[in-house]
Amino acid sequence: MTFIIGITDASHGNPIFIFRTFTSENKHNKSMKRIILISATCIAFCALVACGDNNQNSDATSNTATTTTENKAEDDAKGVGKFTSVELTNPLDQNMVTAGKGIYDVKCGSCHRLTDVKLVGPGWKGVTSRRKPEWIMNFSTNVEEMLNKDANAMAMLEECLVRMPNQNLSDDDARNILEFMRSNDGEK
Amino acid sequence: MKTKINPVLTMAIVMVALLGTSCKNKGTKSGSGKDAAEKVYVEPGKYDEFYNIVSGGFSGQVAIYGIPSGRLFKVIPVFSQDPQTGWGYNEETKPMLNTSHGFVPWDDAHHPALSVTAGAHDGRWAFINGNNTPRIARIDMKTFRTVDIIEIPNSSGNHSSPFITQNSEYVVAGTRFSYPMDDDNSNPDVAISTYKQNFKGTVSFISVDPTSGNMGLGFQVMVPGFNFDLARAGKLKSGDWVFFSCYNSEQANTLLEVNASQKDKDFIMAVNWKKCEELIKAGKFITKKVKYAHNTYSDEVHSAKSEILTEARMIDPKANPGLVYFMPCPKSPHGCDVDPTGSYIIGSGKLAAVIPVFSFDKMIKAIENKTYEGEFDGIPVLKYDAVLHGEVKKPGLGPLHTEFDGKGFAYTSMFVSSEVVKWNIENLEVVDRVPTYYSVGHLSIPGGPTTKPWGKYMIAYNKITKDRYLPTGPELCQSAQLYSIEGDKMKLLLDFPTIGEPHYAEAIPAELITKNSVKFFKIENNNHPYVAKGEGEAKVVRKGNEIHVYITAIRSHFTPDNIEGVRIGDVVYFHVTNLEQDWDVPHGFAVKGANNAELLIMPGETSTLKWVPDRVGVFPIYCTDFCSALHQEMQGYIRISPAGSTVPLSFSTGETADEK
Repeated sequence: MTFIIGITDASHGNPIFIFRTFTSENKHNKSMKRIILISATCIAFCALVACGDNNQNSDATSNTATTTTENKAEDDAKGVGKFTSVELTNPLDQNMVTAGKGIYDVKCGSCHRLTDVKLVGPGWKGVTSRRKPEWIMNFSTNVEEMLNKDANAMAMLEECLVRMPNQNLSDDDARNILEFMRSNDGEK
Repeated sequence: MKTKINPVLTMAIVMVALLGTSCKNKGTKSGSGKDAAEKVYVEPGKYDEFYNIVSGGFSGQVAIYGIPSGRLFKVIPVFSQDPQTGWGYNEETKPMLNTSHGFVPWDDAHHPALSVTAGAHDGRWAFINGNNTPRIARIDMKTFRTVDIIEIPNSSGNHSSPFITQNSEYVVAGTRFSYPMDDDNSNPDVAISTYKQNFKGTVSFISVDPTSGNMGLGFQVMVPGFNFDLARAGKLKSGDWVFFSCYNSEQANTLLEVNASQKDKDFIMAVNWKKCEELIKAGKFITKKVKYAHNTYSDEVHSAKSEILTEARMIDPKANPGLVYFMPCPKSPHGCDVDPTGSYIIGSGKLAAVIPVFSFDKMIKAIENKTYEGEFDGIPVLKYDAVLHGEVKKPGLGPLHTEFDGKGFAYTSMFVSSEVVKWNIENLEVVDRVPTYYSVGHLSIPGGPTTKPWGKYMIAYNKITKDRYLPTGPELCQSAQLYSIEGDKMKLLLDFPTIGEPHYAEAIPAELITKNSVKFFKIENNNHPYVAKGEGEAKVVRKGNEIHVYITAIRSHFTPDNIEGVRIGDVVYFHVTNLEQDWDVPHGFAVKGANNAELLIMPGETSTLKWVPDRVGVFPIYCTDFCSALHQEMQGYIRISPAGSTVPLSFSTGETADEK
C-alpha cells in the first residue's frame, strides 16, 4: 500500500500530499536532497511496517501500555509532540465535554464516527483505551510530525490512506476533545 | 558541502554563456552578462527577496512575481471574471463586478499603487485602476484578494490612477477621456464637435479609511476638458499636492494622433488636495447627482455586497483660487513622477527631445509671486522657466516613465529608442544607458515611487518581445526585464514573460507581506448565511423552486454526496463549505453542464455555485483540486427528475442501498 503512495507521489509531482507537506515545512532551511532523502526514508519505513503487518500488534501493544501502570519501553506510546504528561479529570469536566463535542461536530465528525465504525478515519469508540491521552493530544495538534515519525500514526495512515488533516486545534481544543472522547467511551 | 559545485547552477551559467556566444555569432545580443544566472538563481524551496506586483493590462488582473527569479506565483482576479477561482462567477463575488452600467466582467488594469505610511511601503494594500469603466480596486495583501472596488462617477477613461498620497489618505483618478458634463446630467446628448464648449474633465480623490482601507468618494475637482494621463502625489514637503500630466490641451475630438500634437507644450497640473479637503470640511462644494457602485468583500461572510450611491461632492477651482495650477510641459507629457525627496517633478513628453524637471520650491515661489504666463479656463498657467529646475538634454527618444533609486539618480524609460537612461537628478547629466528588448513602457524599482527606495533591481516592462521567446503564433507574450542597478552600470539579468500587458508595477520587500499572510480562514468565524459548520449542518432545503444545498468538503468527500428530489424548473445553489483548517488545502467544486464556472474554496470558506439543470438525469459533482490520495473518490451525484415529479427531496452521504 505504501509503495502505491510512493508511485502516486512521483507521477503526479505537485499534487501529492506527502510531498507537499514536506516542501512547505522545509521551504526555508532544507535542501531538496534532504527532502527526497526524508521522503525516501519515510516510504521505506512505511514499507517495512507494512511488511511486518504489525498494525494489530502495535494497537495491542499500546493497549497494554495504557492499561499497565508504567511501561518504559523504547516507545512510551505517548507519540511525538509537546504533551508528555496529561492530567486527567475525575469525574469528567462536563464543560470540557460539551466544548469538545462542539469542536468534534465542526472539525472531526466528517471523518470520525463516534461508534467503532471506520469512515475516513477510525471510529472513536474505544480510542481512549487504545491510545494514551498524550498520544491523542499530540496527534490532534501535531499531525504532520506524528504522521511522519510515530509508528502507530503511520500504521493508521497505511490503513486509511488519507493523511489526517491538520485542523489547527489549540491545546485547549485538543484537551476538550480528549474529554469528549472519554465521555464517548463511557467514562463518567 | 560549502565547496561543492552546484550542478544546476553550473549548468545554468554554462547555458547562459553558450547562449551569449551563439547569439553573438548571429549578430544579435542576449544583453545579459556572464554572472546573470547566479544573480537571479533562487534555489528550489528558497524565497525571493521581493514581491513584484504587476498590472495585467487588458487581462484586467494583477500578477504576483518573485524578484529576482521572475517566477509567477499568482494571478489575482480583480476586474475580470476568473473561472478557475470562480471570481465573478460564484454568487459571493458577482457583486464585486457591479457598476452603474450593471455587471461589467472585464477592465483594463494599469497602475498598481501600494499603500504607504509616512511615504514608505507598509505592505497593507495594493490599489489598481480600471481604465475602461472607471474603477479603482483595493487588494488586501494579507489574502491577495480584491476586497473593494469603487466606480468613479463623472469620469471616463480612468488612466491617471490610483496614485497614492503619502499616508494613503487618498488614491486619485482622472479622466483620460473628457466628455460632456452639464449641471444636471453628467453626460448629455451633444454633438461630439462641441468638445471645446461642452467637454470637461474631473480629477477624483478617493478616500481610504486608515484602519479598514475601505474606499469612499472623497471629492472631485472640475477641470478643463483635457486628457489626464498619469499622476503622482507629492511627498514630504510637496505632500499636500498631487501632480497630473495632461495632453490634448488642443482639445481635439478627432485624429488625436495629429491634432493633439500641435502645441509645443501641454501641462502638468498641480492640485493642492489639502486645501480641497478644507473646502469640503467648510461645505464649499457642489453636490452632483450621480450614480456609482461601491462593492466590498468581507472575509467574515465570505461574500461581497454592492451598493449604488448617488452623490458626489464637486469643487470648482475657478471659484476657489489657489487649488489648481498648470505648469507648461513639452509635447504631450505622459509620465509625471516625483523624486523620493518630494523636491522634483519629472515630466516626460512623449514627443519631446528633453526631459523637463520641475522644482517644487520654484513652483511655490512662482505661485506666491504670481509668475503666470496666462490662464486656461480660469486656471493660472505658471511660467515654464519660473518652475523649471532644468532639462535632461538628449536623453533618447520617447521618454515615458521615471523611477528612482534613492541615491540621487532617476531612471527614465525611452519607448521609441528602447532603452533606459540613468541620470543625475541634481545636475541632470546622463550617466548610463542600457537597451531593452523592446519598446519599454513602465519601470519599477523596489520602493521606487516612495520616500524609501530599496533600489538593487530595476524591472522594465516591455510592449514588444519580437524574437525574444519561442514563437506562439500571431500573438506573442509581453515581458519584463530585470536589471541590476547596484553598480554604476545597469546590467540586464533576466527576461520573463508577463500576463496580459504589463503597465506599471511595484516591488516590495517580501518580509513586509509574508509576516501577515493568511493561511486559512477560521471556520469558527465563518458567518456566511449558508455555511455548514460541520457535517451535522449539511442539508438540502427547498424554497419554492430554489434548492439550497449546504454541502461540506473535507479530504476527501462531500456531505451530502447523493441528492434526489430536484426537478426540472428548479434552480440549485450549491453552498460549499471547506471544513479544512490547514494551509494549502483548497477544494474545488464542479457540476456537469454548469453555465458559469467552478468553485475553488479556501479552507474555512463557503462559496456558492448556481446551477440550473436543463435536462433529466443523474449528474456528477466532484472536487477539482487534487486534495489527497483519494481525491479521485471525492465525488457525488445529483438526480434531476422531470417537472412535477413526486420524488421526495432527500440527501445523504455514506448510505448504501442495503442500508436503505
